[in-house]
Amino acid sequence: MGRTLAGKLWDGHVVRRVEGEPDLLYVDLHLVHEVTSPQAFESLRLADRRVRRPDLTIATMDHDVPTRGGAAAADPVARAQMEALEANCGREGIRLYGMGHRRQGIVHVIGPELGLTQPGLTIVCGDSHTSTHGAFGALAFGIGTSEVEHVLATQTIRAKRPRDMAVTVEGTLPPGVTAKDVALGIIARIGVAGGQGHAIEYRGSAIRGLSMEGRMTVCNMSIESGARAGMIAPDERTFAFVEGRPFAPKQTGWERALEAWRGLGSDPDAVFDREVRIEAASLEPYVTWGTNPGQAVPIGGRVPEPADETDQRALAYMALRPGMPIEEIAIDRVFIGSCTNARLEDLRIAAEVVRGRKVSQRVRAMVVPGSARVKAEAEAEGLDSIFRAAGFEWRDAGCSMCLGMNPDVLQPGERCASTSNRNFEGRQGSGGRTHLVSPPMAAAAALAGHLVDVRRL
Amino acid sequence: MEPVRLIEGRIAPLDRANVDTDQIMPKQFLKRIERSGFGPYVFWDWRRAGGFILDRAEYRGAAVLVAGPNFGCGSSREHAAWGLQDAGYRAVVAPSFADIFRSNCVKIGLLPVELPEETVRRLLQLALDDPATVASIDLEAQTVSAGEVAARFEIDSFTKECLLSGWDEIALTLRQESEIAAFEARRPEFLPRVTTASA
Repeated sequence: MGRTLAGKLWDGHVVRRVEGEPDLLYVDLHLVHEVTSPQAFESLRLADRRVRRPDLTIATMDHDVPTRGGAAAADPVARAQMEALEANCGREGIRLYGMGHRRQGIVHVIGPELGLTQPGLTIVCGDSHTSTHGAFGALAFGIGTSEVEHVLATQTIRAKRPRDMAVTVEGTLPPGVTAKDVALGIIARIGVAGGQGHAIEYRGSAIRGLSMEGRMTVCNMSIESGARAGMIAPDERTFAFVEGRPFAPKQTGWERALEAWRGLGSDPDAVFDREVRIEAASLEPYVTWGTNPGQAVPIGGRVPEPADETDQRALAYMALRPGMPIEEIAIDRVFIGSCTNARLEDLRIAAEVVRGRKVSQRVRAMVVPGSARVKAEAEAEGLDSIFRAAGFEWRDAGCSMCLGMNPDVLQPGERCASTSNRNFEGRQGSGGRTHLVSPPMAAAAALAGHLVDVRRL
Repeated sequence: MEPVRLIEGRIAPLDRANVDTDQIMPKQFLKRIERSGFGPYVFWDWRRAGGFILDRAEYRGAAVLVAGPNFGCGSSREHAAWGLQDAGYRAVVAPSFADIFRSNCVKIGLLPVELPEETVRRLLQLALDDPATVASIDLEAQTVSAGEVAARFEIDSFTKECLLSGWDEIALTLRQESEIAAFEARRPEFLPRVTTASA
């Protein structure tokens, strides 16, 4: 019987397999940030242990960092956390892309940017959106702080192999439907626990047709369906993206890597534990109406009748009436950013919508590039001017209002169209209300002052 | 980690599905660099809104949190598990758990117990009908009993052994040093290393 991509990646990294125990897996790349690592480094130190492979570890500051005013704008507790990371990386010899570094940025944006994210790798990080890196045909998943410590000390992780799930999207995406809508459409279909215990492989012509940025968006949202990992088999587009980046293999190494990477894909006769098929033509621009990412409807739809208590709670929190047209929902804030949708392509698509227009009087809108590099590249092609002229704030890189650990937060009762990944209660600020959308839909909402179908703008 | 064997205590009923880790431990508390002291911040927004069921006098000091399916979904923040443990919970019972949350729990000795939805509903009802009901969870026997409810739960043997013994998993793995080193020696040379590039 043929093997799945996830199976190949898993088996290729097993250090030790004992019946009745989780496998011991080797970790090729460990990404570290300031929020989920300090306790791991502290425990390591207390146990008199060292980081086994600092050369397979990189760190950045993203969750806490202010997006204007530099480090001085951070509150003292956040600053202490950043200083702890600096000290820990210094002590252990770990490369740190800290505040002010030209390569600083959201951990899931800079990994691919630096060419560290490559096909065939196992990648872990103390962050659930680590699934992003699966877009390159890597096995990438989020871990907790105790596991971060385990990886620091041993460069391995103990884990049970997830079951295999295939999500196949066939056909051509209709105009105005982006990778974000593919992700939201999938989650709406399978539910927020639909991927639990599984690694999802995204397949089909619509997935193949996505850019690397789009593939990252889709894989990024895997965790929102409960899946531990999401991945896409690498192809020529993947290799072209990696080639020439700072940490990409060079010369003969590149040739050998290509040879290995070309074998990375599920065998034709591979069997998945679960398969879901979606016609690309059935997808639309989606908007979430509730407090989990599965509660989404097409932009032309209406706020649904609650099906259960969970829905009722969500409607009450979101202050929405069943039957209300989605396009009548007025918004106060727009956030274009996050590891889901803050790469150059996302900003380009949003800028195209915004060009020559003005942000609604009632809306405060901001763009937070995914990395310092994305920011610089966007500025080099004038995207910042387009956003600024329209009335958007143009900020420095970081996770920002995706999770509101820095000063960028919603006020209680404020309603936001956001390109981020979670619409949980209070996620973007206590009492804040989040509607998840794609970058062009967020841009359109900023101009209109309410949720609106970008295709009609 | 303290060994986990027998957990006995009252039940805290949280009849909600998809309780995400943002609710369990909101972001503003993740800036702390300590591992302890997160208990007071658990379910912060729900408690601040007033009338939160777990704040009722009869549920304070409960040791077993019983909740709806997909408990602990969302963010990987282990702070959520630390907070629940610090707040006095020693086990969480639910029809299903998010993968990362479950893993975080077992690493710190907070026992995640998966039971069929119908059994979980009966436990919730028990706690509502008589908050003084004591639940007893025996990890060795893999059983939960409370009032008329008696159920068996599954847990893999390795995790069970780790919990029962309070083993330091890192110390266990470090015993496999030769196997790790042998694996490293087999890794292809083209794999990325941070010391070799200039970015």
